[in-house]
Amino acid sequence: MTQPINQSTNQLINYTLHLADNALILGQRNAEWTGHGPVLEQDIAISNIALDLIGQGRNLYQYAAKLINEATDRPINQPAKQPVTEDTLAYLRDSRDFKNCLLAELDKGDWARTVLRQFFFSNYQFWLYDAMKKSKDPTLAAVAEKSLKEVIYHLRWSAEWVIRLGDGTTESHQRIVNALHDLWPYTGELIANASYEKELARENIAVDLDLIKQPWLDKTSAVLQEATLELPPNQWMQSGGKEGRHTEHLDYILMEMQYLQRTYPGVEW
Amino acid sequence: METGKQKILSLLEQVPDPEVPVLSVIDLGIVRDIKIQGEEIEVIITPTYSGCPAMDVISMQIRMTLLEYGFKNVKISTVLSPAWTTEWMSEAGKEKLKAYGIAPPNPVQAVCDVKLFAEEEAIQCPHCQSYNTRMISRFGSTACKALYKCNDCLEPFDYFKCH
Repeated sequence: MTQPINQSTNQLINYTLHLADNALILGQRNAEWTGHGPVLEQDIAISNIALDLIGQGRNLYQYAAKLINEATDRPINQPAKQPVTEDTLAYLRDSRDFKNCLLAELDKGDWARTVLRQFFFSNYQFWLYDAMKKSKDPTLAAVAEKSLKEVIYHLRWSAEWVIRLGDGTTESHQRIVNALHDLWPYTGELIANASYEKELARENIAVDLDLIKQPWLDKTSAVLQEATLELPPNQWMQSGGKEGRHTEHLDYILMEMQYLQRTYPGVEW
Repeated sequence: METGKQKILSLLEQVPDPEVPVLSVIDLGIVRDIKIQGEEIEVIITPTYSGCPAMDVISMQIRMTLLEYGFKNVKISTVLSPAWTTEWMSEAGKEKLKAYGIAPPNPVQAVCDVKLFAEEEAIQCPHCQSYNTRMISRFGSTACKALYKCNDCLEPFDYFKCH
């Protein structure tokens, strides 16, 4: 007899996985620069940011795994007696199970696209974690307190790069204009509540994204202005990632990331 | 019981950080507490950075060191809150860092904010003691360090950045 999982726990698992997937997928994307950065120092910087994000992802996956194992009915397709771990969550789920925002999974593109994406994302993580420090869930609050210190470095670094390229040469300006045009439709999802966020925000567990929308926009406008870039007008925004509907880019990244565990199940370093 | 705790803490002074081997886990301030219940010893540690790859090695080395002294029943737990800060680094640790060629974290945290192109801290060169230095990158060879260069002796050096 399996008991149905309680709705509140189920949403907490979804939310924790969403936060973890965001961090892991962007970390994995940024790690593609390792060994390929424009100069050594920036190669190291983007790799450091990738490492911080993957670390944040690990802390969140460990919590999600604990929640899943404690619940009797497992929402994820796992053999009955094998406990779920941070590794099975990262390596053995399919793209439909991933709940990261679409922005995180898009291809890394050129340096302009990478730093602009990082700025949008770090700006979101900054306000998110700052609010999540007060979450009623002590584990999420602890992860937020820890991660926020790292995100402050990411936010400053990426914002400075956006300004450096925007207010730089004709070519660097053109490249970041192109990146802004491409990425902007994916920013709406960062600050729009999914159903699990709405439900958990009512219990003071999740951060209500309606509350961080304005600070996110204000910071974004200030940095874009300093970078001599125009804030794009209101427009239709992409969505779906938080509910598992992804772009084709996610399958490619999962194929690369999960290849070893899929081919040699249980293999260890 | 307090003496038991003191003994464990002094043994852990032998456990080095694998990436900055001149510092022990005690110098770094990542050992937060020791709990002794009968035969079981629980060592509570906190990571410097979420993605610090040294944490698994550190856990193993703590276990090995205590085993060497006959403590078989060792449990290692990780806590995230309160979040680690360079303020927890011991004074002895800061001296050791400097002697090793890494500038220790400034006692007053000045650059851990989101202000753009904010003023940089004056970091003293660990080689020639000059304050005439400049930052090359806020991200260095490990998560906990930034990269600097001395304008006087021209040597590059690592700065254990404030956190």
